[in-house]
Amino acid sequence: MDKIAIVGVGQTTYKRKRQADIFYDMVYEVTVKAMQDAGYTLDDIDNVVTVSNDFLDGRTISCMAVQEAAGAHDKNVSTIEGDGTFGAFYGAMRVLGGFGTTLVVAHSKGSEGDPRVITNAMFDPIYHRSLGLDAISSSAIQANAYMDRYGLSEEQFALVSVKNHKNAQRNPYAQLPLELTVDDVMQSRMIADPLKLLDCSPVSDGAAAVIIANEDRAKKARTKPVWIKGVAHCADAYFLGDRDLTDPKALKDAAKRAYTMAGINTPIKEIDLVELYDAFSYMEPLWLEGMGFCDPGKGADITEKGITALDGKLPVNPSGGVLSAHPVLVAGLTRIIEAVLQIRGDAGEHQIDGVNTALAHGLNGPCGQSHCVWMLGRK
Amino acid sequence: MARRVAIVGTGQTHHKSHRIDVNGKELINEAVTRALDDCELTIADIDAIIIGNMDHFESINYVDTWSIEGSGGYMKPIMKVTTGGTTGTSVAIAGYYHVASGIFDKVLCIGWEKNSESDTTTAIVTCSDPIWDRFSYSGAIPSLATEASAYMEQYGATQEDAAYVAVRERTHAQNNPYAQMYNRPITIEDVMNSAMLTYPIKLLDVCPRTDGACAVVFAAEGVAEKIAPQPAWIKSCSVRHTTTWFGDVDYNTGMLSLKRASREAFETAGIKSPVDEIDVAELYLPYSYAGLKWIEAIGFCGPGEGPRFIRDGNTNMGGKLPINPSGGVMSTNCIGATALLRTAEAAIQILGKGDKRQVPDVTNAMATGFGGCWWSDVIILSKDKP
Repeated sequence: MDKIAIVGVGQTTYKRKRQADIFYDMVYEVTVKAMQDAGYTLDDIDNVVTVSNDFLDGRTISCMAVQEAAGAHDKNVSTIEGDGTFGAFYGAMRVLGGFGTTLVVAHSKGSEGDPRVITNAMFDPIYHRSLGLDAISSSAIQANAYMDRYGLSEEQFALVSVKNHKNAQRNPYAQLPLELTVDDVMQSRMIADPLKLLDCSPVSDGAAAVIIANEDRAKKARTKPVWIKGVAHCADAYFLGDRDLTDPKALKDAAKRAYTMAGINTPIKEIDLVELYDAFSYMEPLWLEGMGFCDPGKGADITEKGITALDGKLPVNPSGGVLSAHPVLVAGLTRIIEAVLQIRGDAGEHQIDGVNTALAHGLNGPCGQSHCVWMLGRK
Repeated sequence: MARRVAIVGTGQTHHKSHRIDVNGKELINEAVTRALDDCELTIADIDAIIIGNMDHFESINYVDTWSIEGSGGYMKPIMKVTTGGTTGTSVAIAGYYHVASGIFDKVLCIGWEKNSESDTTTAIVTCSDPIWDRFSYSGAIPSLATEASAYMEQYGATQEDAAYVAVRERTHAQNNPYAQMYNRPITIEDVMNSAMLTYPIKLLDVCPRTDGACAVVFAAEGVAEKIAPQPAWIKSCSVRHTTTWFGDVDYNTGMLSLKRASREAFETAGIKSPVDEIDVAELYLPYSYAGLKWIEAIGFCGPGEGPRFIRDGNTNMGGKLPINPSGGVMSTNCIGATALLRTAEAAIQILGKGDKRQVPDVTNAMATGFGGCWWSDVIILSKDKP
């Protein structure tokens, strides 16, 4: 793979409701921020990839609402409908395929739709939709299966929520900086057994953008380039009953291929930081297992041992993660942005010392059916 | 360095208004199986998949993950592309970049739609801005009618001129057993006597709604030649999705996005005189008047010359530049697949697999996509490597 880098990033603050902003406004805000970050003007943007979802936006051809705001006027442009990590991957392919730079921008407003109706529409219209399955209830099934298989407790998951909301206190973009105890999480309102309110990510509005450049064009950026060392995606079977929900094998496959591209042999030793898609507290340990940082069933242990804390050996979600702000689609791009900021040393109060190699992760579909893994590096 | 990329195989369903014999995944699988058979590959050979359709037509969210059993995406990389009417060409262009990037060698592109399960216009209405555009330019027809009347006013074109385009499409469709309108030819009188929808557009001036799917296999240089004796090389692809509001479209200046995308695509492909160097074109013409005006935007003839160019038979089979040997969008319109069908049909002409709709001696072929807010995609394919 040719050398390509992320040279500019921009994000809105994430809020429960950004009432004053239409999609266009949010996309414009982060497009300008990413260009300013890179020291680029619109002339430096060769092409654009927008990321949106018609269900979330309540609009057919949801990308239509943001083309000009994304600076796509009279430029080549396309749209990925899925998590921002997938959109950014396509943006990277377009740089490898001939463009000098790609701007990737994602937006969503959870406040304008009903997340239950929208995520219920992921499920099979004949067999599963009428059961009432949605993102939360399907994840509850996965959490139960995970606890059952490895004898895990709800308290172990609660600890992840405590850690990530605490981390969010250092991140000015996060929506839910909270000082919590395991008891607080345990006593929060039950949403879908075993998931309680504080095990679940919030409904959020926001947008994010990154600029990807080839080696030559990266030199013209103001920022220190963060190199894309490897990226891969993979999808598991569709029906929940066809999957082993405790074995994230699509994630394993994506991680393996991303590690091979990046020359990573022992992830726990060679990766300095992880920003992963913790839409629910139990997901963090499960995805860490899938990424090969520990043995199956041991993901919760490494959180208990403090390994994933800000001052641990492998800080996970120093930004506060998806638990602290969950603009759907945008959230994966935010993981990439946070990894970039950490590698550049620009993460501010949640900066981790000496981050050379970071992993960013996003997903699509129920219970993490489809995953995308990014390896980013200083060199 | 970007790699050279070619189309090595295509597959499509037998298109109908209602395919009640299959569900969405089975429809997808029909096209996928045919594409893989066409290039003698199995799903195990495929490195990545791109799929596209319009969410609100079938009301399925995350079609990439939903479609796995139909697409063959189990434990494979798959992503979804959606850009409205241009979805099919957006999917094809994504296939191109998947391979050109050097990351994947063989990529499967899928476009599909089961319009019989949708309330298509209700869904399309929501693409317009809810405050400014939805009460004037809602659905597909109003902005097309604006363009058509402006064109007639500007150049004195007639409803009959447009009917020639409609008849050409349906005549060509009689050579294409996959087309929805196969075995259903029409005459100029049929078009002129069909029901007026929105002046000057009549029922037979517009595309139908179709259940159908299309799949196309892209491969990298070095791999492609081993799969297809004559791969269809991608010379260029260009996209212009500029406008957001229908009110911002200038309906008088010609089709600006198509003009600009064509210009860039021809330049990259080294084509100086499109009408002489393009041997066959599969154009996304959603209604008959586009067949007059948009060929001017592409540069096949001058402004206002479209009607004469069509009436002289230049674009018929056997003419100087056959357009839509497949019968085009007005004979088959499974929306998410429609622009991918244009790409596939253009590739078929280079692969030499057109059977009764084959145009002889094709070196360069052109495919376009249209959709969104007057957006255009252009892909140039060739027997020759770029």
